[in-house]
Amino acid sequence: MIIKCPHCGPREASEYTYIGDASIQRPDHNDTDMEKWSDYVFMRENPRGAHMEHWQHTSGCRSFVKVLRDTVTHEISDVTLEGPWQAEDKS
Amino acid sequence: MSRYSAFSLIKNALSGHKNWKRTWRAAEPKPHYDVIIVGGGGHGLATAYYLAKEHGIRNVAVLEKGGLGSGNIGRNTTIVRSNYILPANTRFYEHSMKLWEGLSNDLNYNMMFSQRGVINLAHTPGQMDAFARRGNAILLEGVDAELLDTEEISRRVPGLYTGQNTRFPIVGGLCQPRGGTARHDAVAWGYARGADKYGVDIIEHCEVTGFIKDGDTVTGVKTTRGDISAPKVAISVAGNTSTVMKLASIDKMPIESHVLQAFVTEPLKPLINTVVTFGAGHLYISQSDKGGLVFGGDLDGYNSYAQRGNLPIFEHVAAAAVTMFPNLARLKLLRNWGGIMDMSMDGSPIICTGPLPGMYLNAGWCYGGFKATPAAGWCFAHTIANDAPHALNADFTLDRFYNGRQLDERGAGPYPAHQ
Amino acid sequence: MSGNRLKNKGLLIDQNKPLEFTFDGKSYSGFEGDTLASAMIANGEMMMARSFKYHRPRGVYSAGPEEPNALVSLRSDGRLEPNCTAPTVELYDGLDAHSQNAWPSLSFDVMAINQLFSPLLVAGFYYKTFMGTGQKFWHFCEHFIRRAAGMGKASLDADPDRYEKANIFADIVIIGSGPAGLAAAKAAAPSGAKILLVDESAQFGGSLPEEQGNIDGYDANEWAADTLKTLSEIDNVTMMSRTTVYGYFDDNTLGAVEKVADHKAVPENFEPRQRHLKIFAKRVIIAAGSIERPLVFDGNDTPGVMLANAALRYANRYGACVGQNVALFTNNDDGYTTAHQLKALGVNVTTMIDAREKINHGLCKDSSINYITGHVVTSANGGKSLSSIKVAPYDADTKSIGPQNTINVDALLVTGGYTPTINLCSQTGTPAIFNDEIQSFIPGRANRPWLAAGAIMGSFDLKASLEDGISAANESLEALGLPPSNMTALKVNGQNPVAIPFALTVIPSSNKSAKKFVDFQHDVSVNDLNIAHTEGFRSVEHLKRYTTLGMAADQGKTSNMNALAIMAELRGISIPEAGTTRFRAPYKPVALGTLAGRDIGNHFSAVRRTPMHNWHMDHGAEMIEAGIWYRPRVYKKSDETLTDAYIREATAVRNSVGIVDVTSLGKIDIQGPDAAEFLNRIYANAFLKVAVGKARYGVMLREDGYMFDDGTSWRLSETQFLMTTTTANAAPVLSQMERLLTLNWPDLKVHVSSVSDQWAGMAVAGPKSRDTLNKIITDVDFSEDGLPFMGVTDGSIGDMPVKVARLSFSGERAYEVYTPTHFGTAVWKEIMKAGEAFDITPYGTEALGTLRIEKGHISGPELDGRTSMADVGLGKMASSKKQYVGSSLKERSGLIDQSRQTMVGLISHDHKPLKAGSHVLNGTENIGHVTSTTYSPALEKFIALALIKQGHTQIGNTLSATFPLKNERNSVLVVEPHFYDKEGERLYV
Repeated sequence: MIIKCPHCGPREASEYTYIGDASIQRPDHNDTDMEKWSDYVFMRENPRGAHMEHWQHTSGCRSFVKVLRDTVTHEISDVTLEGPWQAEDKS
Repeated sequence: MSRYSAFSLIKNALSGHKNWKRTWRAAEPKPHYDVIIVGGGGHGLATAYYLAKEHGIRNVAVLEKGGLGSGNIGRNTTIVRSNYILPANTRFYEHSMKLWEGLSNDLNYNMMFSQRGVINLAHTPGQMDAFARRGNAILLEGVDAELLDTEEISRRVPGLYTGQNTRFPIVGGLCQPRGGTARHDAVAWGYARGADKYGVDIIEHCEVTGFIKDGDTVTGVKTTRGDISAPKVAISVAGNTSTVMKLASIDKMPIESHVLQAFVTEPLKPLINTVVTFGAGHLYISQSDKGGLVFGGDLDGYNSYAQRGNLPIFEHVAAAAVTMFPNLARLKLLRNWGGIMDMSMDGSPIICTGPLPGMYLNAGWCYGGFKATPAAGWCFAHTIANDAPHALNADFTLDRFYNGRQLDERGAGPYPAHQ
Repeated sequence: MSGNRLKNKGLLIDQNKPLEFTFDGKSYSGFEGDTLASAMIANGEMMMARSFKYHRPRGVYSAGPEEPNALVSLRSDGRLEPNCTAPTVELYDGLDAHSQNAWPSLSFDVMAINQLFSPLLVAGFYYKTFMGTGQKFWHFCEHFIRRAAGMGKASLDADPDRYEKANIFADIVIIGSGPAGLAAAKAAAPSGAKILLVDESAQFGGSLPEEQGNIDGYDANEWAADTLKTLSEIDNVTMMSRTTVYGYFDDNTLGAVEKVADHKAVPENFEPRQRHLKIFAKRVIIAAGSIERPLVFDGNDTPGVMLANAALRYANRYGACVGQNVALFTNNDDGYTTAHQLKALGVNVTTMIDAREKINHGLCKDSSINYITGHVVTSANGGKSLSSIKVAPYDADTKSIGPQNTINVDALLVTGGYTPTINLCSQTGTPAIFNDEIQSFIPGRANRPWLAAGAIMGSFDLKASLEDGISAANESLEALGLPPSNMTALKVNGQNPVAIPFALTVIPSSNKSAKKFVDFQHDVSVNDLNIAHTEGFRSVEHLKRYTTLGMAADQGKTSNMNALAIMAELRGISIPEAGTTRFRAPYKPVALGTLAGRDIGNHFSAVRRTPMHNWHMDHGAEMIEAGIWYRPRVYKKSDETLTDAYIREATAVRNSVGIVDVTSLGKIDIQGPDAAEFLNRIYANAFLKVAVGKARYGVMLREDGYMFDDGTSWRLSETQFLMTTTTANAAPVLSQMERLLTLNWPDLKVHVSSVSDQWAGMAVAGPKSRDTLNKIITDVDFSEDGLPFMGVTDGSIGDMPVKVARLSFSGERAYEVYTPTHFGTAVWKEIMKAGEAFDITPYGTEALGTLRIEKGHISGPELDGRTSMADVGLGKMASSKKQYVGSSLKERSGLIDQSRQTMVGLISHDHKPLKAGSHVLNGTENIGHVTSTTYSPALEKFIALALIKQGHTQIGNTLSATFPLKNERNSVLVVEPHFYDKEGERLYV
């Protein structure tokens, strides 16, 4: 599997660390609702098909990318940069 | 149904093998059953068998979207052991082990359950301490375990490199002598035959496309072969749990699906006579009765429903195998396959009533599904029959992810595939 | 003709260069260019193996990697390689080959007795027997079953050869160099695209040497030679022979094996035996060709029966003649061409049997051949070598045979049409399509970056195959944004006729005990398929698994299509309705050594050594792994035991001064205006008010509320912290911080960066630590006010800068000294020198453990991923005034349950060592386990830390610590987990 890092170009998935489902939202830091936190930590949609997920280019530039990947064919249709540097991502 | 024996085999040979019966009937779905089991894999079939045998519930349908046993029961590395560290897991898997030990006779189908011992290798004194903790814990539970030194391991596992000139020298190991391997497909076929004998309908190529509900209560399923109703609908579709639960409008589960690859070499004369696991390299290895060396590795590491994996795991498994056994370098890998693991968020399974009324769930098997098959079926049948879990699966709830009573066998936290 | 060698024939061999080799110890000769199979045939040795289950004699059946029968072992000792297909083994001088699965010899094999029991040894045999009365009986039987199973023997010696890996990037990868592959390469080459042409054989050209047609006026073989020469002169074309693409992975990544030195006795110096190639392709053209299909009749596995095209290849390429009196059995026109080509090469083809009644009589053009149409071969007879065949008229409508005639022959060539080699296409997940004309599956057309071309698509005639190649090249060029080739269609004359097979599934027989093999290698016969069908194993998957058909080392290359046809017939459905299985990698078996490459033994996984590593080694250190690091465990003096050494080291720290290498701790530089706020969110205790120049111990939780890591963070300025983590968690902690900052708190102005490699660290501990450091570190005021406990400051030793933090893991007055990595050893030595007066003692992880256990400080065994802060006595440290990572979930009922196991200290009552991994019994109840143990020199007692149920309620009680693995049990006193200097006075001594 090859993921196109917006900084480094196409690199093998083995250079990245899989972080997981990107559709889940971390509750607000000051939220104390235990159930919300449990949902965030444990519950996953785990779709068969299109999956939005986070990967980190740990053996490269260490940036985080949001990847749209099909969990059946493994085809990647979109990769975008995450975080405050997002705006610079012109790829 | 005729019993299998050497005698029946000779008798049939004399008649040119024309008089064998079908191993299980090709049943047509009826409109109503007492229990519907969704999933005709090892667990679903075992559940049907024990429902019929232990609880007298025989008006049961097992629905399988493809061919019987086409899921993980036929896509694993066939290892059976019960040396888990958490008492809830130890007790459950030991129950499974005991069932395994009587299974061929119980089902009159040879599972080729070979108790050749499972040896876990340790590479640091710290790992030896952790193994001692585990070995002592399971001995106190009445399960077998022995601590091995390097010389003893070397004696039992010829070809294993036990010298110091390697990245992870072996300092000792933990062995469960009663652990071993079994012929995976035979497990599915044996349970199918056993359940069929009691009148259970095994319905292949019958995909569940939706749930019939009365309010929140599940009262049946819609399938590609028509609607079927039942007061109890049991889900046993590890690998596809999330997909099936979504049909019941349960959108999230504490489960991710991941691909785990396995490999087999060309057939060889007996070479490795036990199961050996190499934790530092995420490798386990055994030799099938047919002669192929069977390897299992680590997850590919990303959500996947593809029953195939990628090259990095090929390379890593081979490197681990040759590191452990430098004599294997010239042996050839013959085949590779991938199973879709139902990775629960704490590494332990779920067998419970619910989550909806009328529904029962068996899921989240991670790497343990094959060895669990008999006990999973046995406990799930108990849970379905009594609308309450057996003591052996009382901890395998969905609630535990909310109340913090996670069964974190690996101590790795809520990350199924990494860290 | 001399022996079975056709004189002056053989395109690939040099009859002037003889080679010697042995088979089962017997000497033979062959020629340079031979394969093991061709040389054996030329020596008149057809039988080369015994079959898997029945130990039937088997001869070579094919001329390629599809070989199901002739599996042999090559070489010996560490280089012993079992299960090699003889037709793909290139002969070299001195080659030693051995037969397999036969005892005492190939010709007299005791296990051939299995043939007598063959009526029992059918599909499903093992599932129905050996159950006896339980496991014991099965284990007894299994011992013998295992010995009978398996094919070759593996060596117990390590392989002395080396394997390499390479990455290759190409615009167009062309797999197969037959007509389609070569045409594609020729068409694509002028574009300048980077082209990689691979072929699994030692030669390029595929089927072209046996092609009779001519291309653009050239003989096909000459055209191939000319094309290859042209290609070899083009810079952007790389050609690799002996290279098998075995796997097609995601995103056009191909796995391939290059056999670098298998055609030599041993690799040259510095040469690998094989090379693993990871090929990153933009476009792939799969021109993998096709494999001839066997016919299914009684005794079709008798040595002397083989594929027709294989016999032609042996004659044409190696001058090896498969028999003196040869019959050919066909169901298609191609068989005739093969027969006539063989005749022309000097092979005595006497009889042709064609199952078809009506044929084009122009085919029967050789008057010396007896053409028998509308007939089938009903059986091949002869045991170890073919002596005769039976032939009978065949009625295709009723599928029945008439009276049989015997014909004496010593070779029978069969052709049942051709099966496209769709394995790689199938691996990509694209479903195959059934082609009625060729009675086989071809690759489906997928919207993927690959194309299939040539015989693999069922384009069996030369012209179509070449055109396929050109159009595949053009389509690939277009996809790459390059202009198409100006190569026009090639002119082809006189090509071989196309093999359109006549459906001939199973040939009936009159002999009930005879066997018709479908899968030769796994001894699966038609009878096994019938049994599987009777018992309900009717889907492809069930049939394969129940009979093991197609699961042997040849992966069913010659058997799958026939089995599908038979199965479809049994079920009364069409072949495509019966389905096909999906092929999986590898297409051909791949050596584990090749996949492993150099990442084995010491290179299996990365190692980190601290800058002071060599100093430790020079001073008697025994190293131990800590995460990916190596750290000194103890420094042994003369004949000290491990225990002696750590007691001496720990005592020295308590009494005077010691020094320990702490470089392996994770170190993370945290900078930015929000650095303190950030730490305050990720640590469970407060961090906002850490003063500049001070360090604070902190505990991190996972998101689920359980303990994650601990360490100190030093505030270097208002906006900068230096964080230390445990050795094991350096990478996970960094990743978690990066994740939170990037994905969740992008508003925080903080940047984190690993500086673990930038700093060498050492802890100097003991009452004389200050005196030691004071001697050499300048610019640091070591007074109690100048550098208080938890103070951090900068100093220098000569020109070498150091950071000094007054922290203590041992409980003694202690300082951590950090210096840039390259000064590590120099600083260490300076401190050693300064400490000489106090007999400074380097200590390792064992003594470190002793000191921290005496103090009740937690480490790895207590941080096992399942403990909460409260469990290990840190509950009060957690802030209740703020939210932090894990703060909500740590309050879940399961984590605050009063019955949880909590940390206590244990003291051995009877002065016996305690063992880590022991369990603590309260009566007979197992209430927890011993996490860390040591002998405490300070207490002169054996002590331990343990996690036990409601530990705080057990203080003062006597329990037993049991180690049933060794049948040991100790009586222990439960105490608070602080054995030494609970008040912390030693920090100021």
